[in-house]
Amino acid sequence: MTLSINTQRVQTDVLVIGGGTAGTMAGIKAKQANPEIDVLILEKANIRRSGAIAMGMDGVNTAVIPGHSTPERYTREVTIANDGILNQKAVLQTGKLGYETIQELERWGVQFQKNAQGNYDVKQVHRVGKYVLPMPEGKDLKTILTRQVKRHKVRVTNRVMATRVLVQDGRAIGAVGFDVRSGDFVVIQAKAVILCTGACGRLGLPASGYLYGTYENPTNAGDGYAIAYHAGAELTNIECFQVNPLIKDYNGPACAYVAGPFGAYTANAEGYRFINCDYWSGQMMLEVWKELNSGKGPIQLKMTHLDEDTIAEIESILWSNERPSRDRFHKGRGEDYRTHGIEMNISEIGLCSGHSASGVWVNENAETTVPGLYAAGDMASVPHNYMIGAFVYGRLAGEHGVQYLQGLEHREPDPEVLEAEKTRVYAPLTRPNGIPHTQVEYKLRRFVNDYLQPPKVTNKMEIGLRSFERYHETLDQMGARDPHELMRCMEVHFIRDCAEMAARASLYRRESRWGLYHYRVDYPDKNNEEWFCHVNLKKDGSGNMMLFKRPVEPYVVDVDLQTEVYDVASRS
Amino acid sequence: MALVNQRVDVPVIVDESKCLEKCTACIEVCPLDVLAKNPETGKAYMKYDECWFCLPCEKECPTNAITVQIPFLLR
Repeated sequence: MTLSINTQRVQTDVLVIGGGTAGTMAGIKAKQANPEIDVLILEKANIRRSGAIAMGMDGVNTAVIPGHSTPERYTREVTIANDGILNQKAVLQTGKLGYETIQELERWGVQFQKNAQGNYDVKQVHRVGKYVLPMPEGKDLKTILTRQVKRHKVRVTNRVMATRVLVQDGRAIGAVGFDVRSGDFVVIQAKAVILCTGACGRLGLPASGYLYGTYENPTNAGDGYAIAYHAGAELTNIECFQVNPLIKDYNGPACAYVAGPFGAYTANAEGYRFINCDYWSGQMMLEVWKELNSGKGPIQLKMTHLDEDTIAEIESILWSNERPSRDRFHKGRGEDYRTHGIEMNISEIGLCSGHSASGVWVNENAETTVPGLYAAGDMASVPHNYMIGAFVYGRLAGEHGVQYLQGLEHREPDPEVLEAEKTRVYAPLTRPNGIPHTQVEYKLRRFVNDYLQPPKVTNKMEIGLRSFERYHETLDQMGARDPHELMRCMEVHFIRDCAEMAARASLYRRESRWGLYHYRVDYPDKNNEEWFCHVNLKKDGSGNMMLFKRPVEPYVVDVDLQTEVYDVASRS
Repeated sequence: MALVNQRVDVPVIVDESKCLEKCTACIEVCPLDVLAKNPETGKAYMKYDECWFCLPCEKECPTNAITVQIPFLLR
């Protein structure tokens, strides 16, 4: 079957792939750094309501506010929470630059909670310091960012999905993708490319069985992880999965970060606390897993003891921000915070450095290991970076990208590379009667659950890895009837790549670390002698996935990991 | 491949009496691009069962024609 595909050619100076939290900020900061250059945000949805914060956010979780904490104390906290495996210089940037981000967002009209004295009302959710700053009116965050993108004259192309970054002579020279409505093939030449495509939130299959019933916005299918990998960039900490304690079935946050400071807490079925800190960490998730397997579950977020005014205030925040359909979920089950705990469960796995640590390797300037290629947001490995970290790294990527491209010329992409990618991408349209993407994706993600969900078992992961390798044959049978279905098909390709990375990285690190995130039943102990290092992976010269140890960069903030052990179990 | 017509309970419900033929607000804001216009009636409908029940379509509809239900499997 021969397809007639129209090709669009585009040139820009800075290409930002993904217009969510990090991407909109990257575009704005590139323009602020040099208003003369051309900046293009490529977005597969519409930047007005796309990415992890499509419906806003109820607060920022990594705010280092002078007087409350310092960048060094923040870096210490994340170092301990991430069991020592991190590039401290990268985390320190979030601590140093987060406050400026908050002030700039405020100038743009984002409202942060303040106390009676007019100071930022920072809350403690982390184990030691105060870093959570509520944003009860945060529902319009994305529309505010969109307005700033327009004001800064950043160009935006909505509904085009990137499939590969083009690399020539060792540097990123653009990207290719397709219009998910018209089906046009889109070739973009750029001098610097910034990847901001969010988490891989569609890796495991939710227990509900609904493919899109995920914690992350399901558009975030690991696009950037796969694209960076195929561009030759290093990825890191992939085995440090994202596993969250979520509202059972609904799969959104319950949400202890909001309700905890009001007095709510995570409890077992008997109503007792079993963790002393609700901050999400692998260690916390291990305690949740133990509790659920002890016969004392299910677990719940408990707020029945709070007074009416407090519960009403919590409801007004939770039901307007981030996942505003929570209220209709509870109503549908006849449940009310006044009379019921919110039943929670352990989520399926994902990859996300916003919450844990998996991502594309970046240094403190948001540079990947490929010249001209930057990464920011949930897909860039800066552990526990959350939304403030996405803004900070979007800024760093935008500013450093602009510096980098000075004096560079556009390169004409290799026609053979373009033709090969076009053939690869459009293949499902040549077999409209091929297996539907929904079935192909369902089975792939069920295998992810069967073989990769922690606790991790070597034999199971090896079977999983073989299934993911063999799954190329299944992808070759997948069919699409229109450009929309083609988008979902290409997302399944991304998910498969992420599943293989997750299996290989988990098999490579022969110890346990980060609580449940990398709890290996056959290597149950932490082994600092051999594994106090990153596990990095990349595509080698012959196209194979290679894994290797990368030393942890020297610390810039002293932390004694012998005495400072992250332990959140309640001992009563 | 054999084609099967399978009935599905979809999350996004459009009140056609309120939906405006010339308006595409819900279609433009959907992160998953699951909404489309029925070419015969000009009314919006859920073309692909890929909903994150995130609500931009409902919030941005100028005539309150849209109701998003929690997908049946999660409800």
